[in-house]
Amino acid sequence: MSDKQKVVVCRCEEITLDEIREWIAKGYTHFDELKRILRVGMGPCQGRGCKDIILRELSIATGKPIAELHPGTTRPPVKPIKLGLCAYGKEVPQK
Amino acid sequence: MSEKKTADAIIVGGGVHGAAAAYYLAKAGVDVVLFEKEYLSSGGSGRSAAGLRQHFGTEVNCRLAKYNLECFPTLEADLGGEFSLEFTQWGYLWVAYTDASLTQLGKNVAVQQSLDIPSEMLTPQEIKRRWPYMNVDGMIGAAFCHQDGHINPQTLTMAYGHAAMKLGARVKTYTPVEKLTAQGGKITGAVVNGEQWSAPRVLLTAGPWSTPLAATVGLDLPVTAERHNLLVTEQIEPFNCPMTLCLDDGAYFKQVPNGSFFFGRDDPDEPKTMESGNSAKFLEGVTKSVLKRMPSLAGVRVVHQWSGPYDVTPDHQAIIDWTPVEGLWTNCGWSGHGLQFGPSGGRLAKEMFFGEKTFVDIRNFRLSRFEEGDLFEEPAFI
Repeated sequence: MSDKQKVVVCRCEEITLDEIREWIAKGYTHFDELKRILRVGMGPCQGRGCKDIILRELSIATGKPIAELHPGTTRPPVKPIKLGLCAYGKEVPQK
Repeated sequence: MSEKKTADAIIVGGGVHGAAAAYYLAKAGVDVVLFEKEYLSSGGSGRSAAGLRQHFGTEVNCRLAKYNLECFPTLEADLGGEFSLEFTQWGYLWVAYTDASLTQLGKNVAVQQSLDIPSEMLTPQEIKRRWPYMNVDGMIGAAFCHQDGHINPQTLTMAYGHAAMKLGARVKTYTPVEKLTAQGGKITGAVVNGEQWSAPRVLLTAGPWSTPLAATVGLDLPVTAERHNLLVTEQIEPFNCPMTLCLDDGAYFKQVPNGSFFFGRDDPDEPKTMESGNSAKFLEGVTKSVLKRMPSLAGVRVVHQWSGPYDVTPDHQAIIDWTPVEGLWTNCGWSGHGLQFGPSGGRLAKEMFFGEKTFVDIRNFRLSRFEEGDLFEEPAFI
């Protein structure tokens, strides 16, 4: 794969493979750090799209197997739900 | 060649205050090492709602807050421009539903205005005129400052740390300090990975973790942990919704630059712990409170919730002082409003290190105030 090609790794935040590699090269070699710098894994998909790809990049860069890398924290809710549902336990019709 | 394990100063804790102190000290030519147990901003700093405000009820906080707001507009560039700090000034709106709250807000605003902070009191009609999407039923007034705003707490902390490293500071992440060391009443350094690191000065900026670390050299800090929760929504069209807080029910909300909303709410029943964790109870409570004021957000989705620890002192004010252990000084105990004081905290750390006169009189923040019974309560905390 050519590095010149624009490969989007995180579709929620539109972060490219180049950007991931650039920040790893600056010394940020943990998923938790890249998440805070680039917001990867913080969008609606909660890392379902990007995390495996980023962990693979970190594994290549650090020489550590993926199993030894901390994958960051997955937080509730499991899927995005409407605020009205949290408050009232039911869908609220919008005016 | 093995790395030298000495420094002019050791900083313990890589939140915004530790990272800013490393930056200010390194800039002044000090050989400084910062130890952080995880990544920069992993404690209270990165979990903060990251409001930037000048609305305080004590003069010293207002003075420090003014300095912070002088720094923030150019900080992204000053720290090298690599990190996006997402600084906005969409204002801070404190709404009141009771006479007691409105009276307190009025007192706070009087302090702010005496220091040339452009805060103002608003009527419910004026609130409705400026922010027509807000439901003002039951509101009797508000305090507002248009200069106040938001910053990304994680990139802020990391940008300070990154800039400090470029100036020669050694920033060691994923490197927990096991204990501090002292001899004959003087600090000598810290033990890290079983090895002694030596420095004549140690700055403790570890939020609620400062308390167990201070205890390793026999120092008792009245700083305890309290868990607080936040949620973030999906991104919607930004309409510059200000940070809106309510002292009456402890709830607050704001829009951040990418369009997401943050919601938070104080809950006295939350566990007093440094451990993060989440409860469904928070989701229900905070959405009920906020949707009363922002009914049009009911169809917006929650992306995730998180929590983090406040480092609380008995008067909800920080402890910025040299301790009875010679060479050990602290900047912790900010009780939930510390993130925004990063610039002030960094500058004070540098001034204290060199024994200079601090740019604001910080006598009120001294550690001995608890023994003396001379507390100075901050009325504007949430």
